[in-house]
Amino acid sequence: MSDARLSGPPAASRRRWSWTDPKLRSSVIQIVLALIMVWLVWSFYANATANLSRLGIASGFGFLDNRAGFAISQSLIPYNESMSYGRAFVVGLLNTLLVAFLGVILATLIGFVMGVARLSKNVVIKALASAYVEVTRNLPPLFQIMFWYLAVLSTLPGPRQSWGFGLQPLLGSIGSGLSAIGLGFLGNPLSGFAAGLSAPSVFVNNRGLVLPRPIFEDGSMAILYALVAAVVASVLIGLWAKKRREATGKPFPAFWTGLALIIVLPLAASYAVGNPVSIETPELRGFNFVGGVRVIPEFVSLLLALAIYTGGFIAEIVRSGILAVSKGQSEAAHSLGLRSGPTLRLVIIPQAMRVIVPPLTSQYLNLTKNSSLGVAVGYPDLFAVFAGTTLNQTGQAIEIIAVTMAVYLTISIVTSMIMGWYNKRVALVER
Amino acid sequence: MSDTTAPLSRPGVSPAQAFVSAALREPEPAPVSTRGPVLWVRQHLVGSVPQVLLTLFGIWLVYVTVPPLIKFFLIDAVWTGTSREACLPEKVGRPVGACWPFIWAKMDQLLYGFYPASERWRVNVVYALGAILLLPLLIQKLPGKRLNAIAFFGVFPVVAFVLLTGGNLDMQRFLVGSIGSIGFGDLFTSGGSVQGLRASFWIDFVVSTVIVTAIAFLVSRFVAGPEAGPAAAKATLSMLGLLGLIIFAMDIDLGLPQVETRLWGGLLVTLVIAVTGITVSLPFGILLALGRRSKLPLVKALSIIFIEFWRGVPLITVLFFATYMLPLFLPGRFTIDGLLRALVGVALFASAYMAEVVRGGLQAIPKGQYEGAMALGLRPGLMMRLVVLPQALKMVIPGIVNNFIGLFKDTTLVLIVSIFDLLGSMRAAFTDPSWASPTTLFTGFGFAGIIYFVFCFGMSRYSMALEKRLDRAQRH
Repeated sequence: MSDARLSGPPAASRRRWSWTDPKLRSSVIQIVLALIMVWLVWSFYANATANLSRLGIASGFGFLDNRAGFAISQSLIPYNESMSYGRAFVVGLLNTLLVAFLGVILATLIGFVMGVARLSKNVVIKALASAYVEVTRNLPPLFQIMFWYLAVLSTLPGPRQSWGFGLQPLLGSIGSGLSAIGLGFLGNPLSGFAAGLSAPSVFVNNRGLVLPRPIFEDGSMAILYALVAAVVASVLIGLWAKKRREATGKPFPAFWTGLALIIVLPLAASYAVGNPVSIETPELRGFNFVGGVRVIPEFVSLLLALAIYTGGFIAEIVRSGILAVSKGQSEAAHSLGLRSGPTLRLVIIPQAMRVIVPPLTSQYLNLTKNSSLGVAVGYPDLFAVFAGTTLNQTGQAIEIIAVTMAVYLTISIVTSMIMGWYNKRVALVER
Repeated sequence: MSDTTAPLSRPGVSPAQAFVSAALREPEPAPVSTRGPVLWVRQHLVGSVPQVLLTLFGIWLVYVTVPPLIKFFLIDAVWTGTSREACLPEKVGRPVGACWPFIWAKMDQLLYGFYPASERWRVNVVYALGAILLLPLLIQKLPGKRLNAIAFFGVFPVVAFVLLTGGNLDMQRFLVGSIGSIGFGDLFTSGGSVQGLRASFWIDFVVSTVIVTAIAFLVSRFVAGPEAGPAAAKATLSMLGLLGLIIFAMDIDLGLPQVETRLWGGLLVTLVIAVTGITVSLPFGILLALGRRSKLPLVKALSIIFIEFWRGVPLITVLFFATYMLPLFLPGRFTIDGLLRALVGVALFASAYMAEVVRGGLQAIPKGQYEGAMALGLRPGLMMRLVVLPQALKMVIPGIVNNFIGLFKDTTLVLIVSIFDLLGSMRAAFTDPSWASPTTLFTGFGFAGIIYFVFCFGMSRYSMALEKRLDRAQRH
């Protein structure tokens, strides 16, 4: 056959069917592949319908309207047993998003602190950060979730012996400590001040975390509007400041202005409409707490484990991102007269972010996906509520697992699209 | 003032007789504060006020974490005992730390699960064989990597399978029998085959081999020309021969009692899942990575969908998919073993991740390598096998090890589908009331944590060392 190719293209001697013809080969392979796929899908479909009718399992999504009949221990929207599976699905989805959102924020904080600490000149801090990173990254996330839940949170004291946290005990203990070491002139007034404050308002016990709850009365919306206005204003100020700096070189403290606006405007609005928000502090009555909000221990352990586990990975990403900015950049910034703060903020971090963002995104996605491990300790997230309890009750494995996978897949795809857009924006513009 | 006006005129010395030293003076040693340990301490511990505060904070953190841990796990620990009584502070009469007798008592469960005690030597043989084959594979200097890799990735899984399950696989029908059961009736299979008598299977296998080889011969002859026929037949025959050999090894009756997989547990399950996952995912991952870079639109699209789908969902949904959904998609007469279902899920998941690792390696191969291979006249298959893949795979070995670490940690998830791996066995051990004591939980988590940490940390160090080595090799 190679002879035929070497001796040129006289039409008569050329083989019409040659495996070496890339066009023919590719179409044959693809046709065979398509046939296999069609056969696979068809046989899956046929088997599934046969199996379902044999096992007497219903199909379709009609079950979403049926009465769920099970309680969910944490819900952001009103929910009770008489509501539908569809409602339970939404409750689970919101719980997943809640733990993922808070986990991402916490993990980012931990990760940036630890990543910077690993680059510290201080050997003690550096060794501690390294130990943190190695230990958290090398223990399975499920192990960590179960450790926090079984070994730490469930061994806390019961509600009656709760640990209370608040300004009063904290300041009081500092005050008495100061008095004890002979600094009574500082300690005594501090203790006196602490005694005047309210009793502890945050409690930790084996049933979770009890927090004070804000109660919104009429007029609270004004505060929200003020907050939105403040955020919009600070974004605009930031844009204006950037434009002016690029045009004239004059800096403007946009961050502090924005922060001040965001704090002051809502406070002023609250004062103007007559302080409509009050704080309800929890109180121990009988065997449990009344008032406040209770955060279930499942949530706390899942959040802690996810944030600590992912924080270790983010620390490594941050470290490598900062190391990726060459030393010449900071030297050049110093020789231009920038102090170390502005050097970090204006020169190092913008360049490091370019390296940090893509792997950071995949860590955020990992955290979101790992939140499904909450099922092991009974946190009612999407997976536990839908693929756990609902699947158990209805037996409609195909629909339920497909929907669960689709939700996670959608979260993944949307996040990667947003990050792809961001990545394109911060990517190096090469001329 | 006087210095500047008359630099050389000192009292009693005339400018003509100026003193000039014959030898250079020894330089003064640098001030203590700018060298040696003092400088190090200043730079690394107490350079400035915030530095001092940070150092103090760090030392305080070490002080509140490390000594209590040592005290708990070593000094206050209870080392011997037969029940929870040994670990109760009120019985011992002192504060009690780790309750190690709990671990000793549960050790068998943590290592083997409920594997029958009389058969545990088989697990030990598999552990030992795995270690003997794996260690030389990890040490770069030792020769015979090819043979070693074949032994570890090819022969060891079959041996391990036979030893762990007891072999004596009950295979009933092969291709002809399966197709025959649809249309032609039981021509080669003796209906409900008798245990131990598998002549019918082997007749079926040989007939199938002949038929498939003939088809391969004819098709390749028709499509690719007369000289391609024998080559295709040879390839098909050797592949089916290998398959036959594997089935024969699994089917042979060594007189070992069968051990069902639901009796397996502990570290055994953890290792079985992790090693199977990585062994299966390597070939599939390579195929998917090649598929993703293929020029054929359908192949490329299917590879991308497969990879992105499994990478986009959590492993636990994949395990649920394999456990609850997959059986519905298969013909009703198939009943799949619980562990096998989890293995299928893990393999699907790991293949997608492996594909991305391999793709990274493929992308790092310069175009010149492809062009050089093509200029030498290598066909695409040979080009991949002889030029591109060896370089790409070598480059991604650290990535593969990292993948393995991830998989090793992910094996813990099988406890959610009721398979008891190391962590699952530990959790089961916690529920034993005869060992309930205030420190049992911490001891158990400490022990399991140490095992996971040693495995993962060791592997990550190994992968870092490899990375450094490869980095050096890349430099010119």
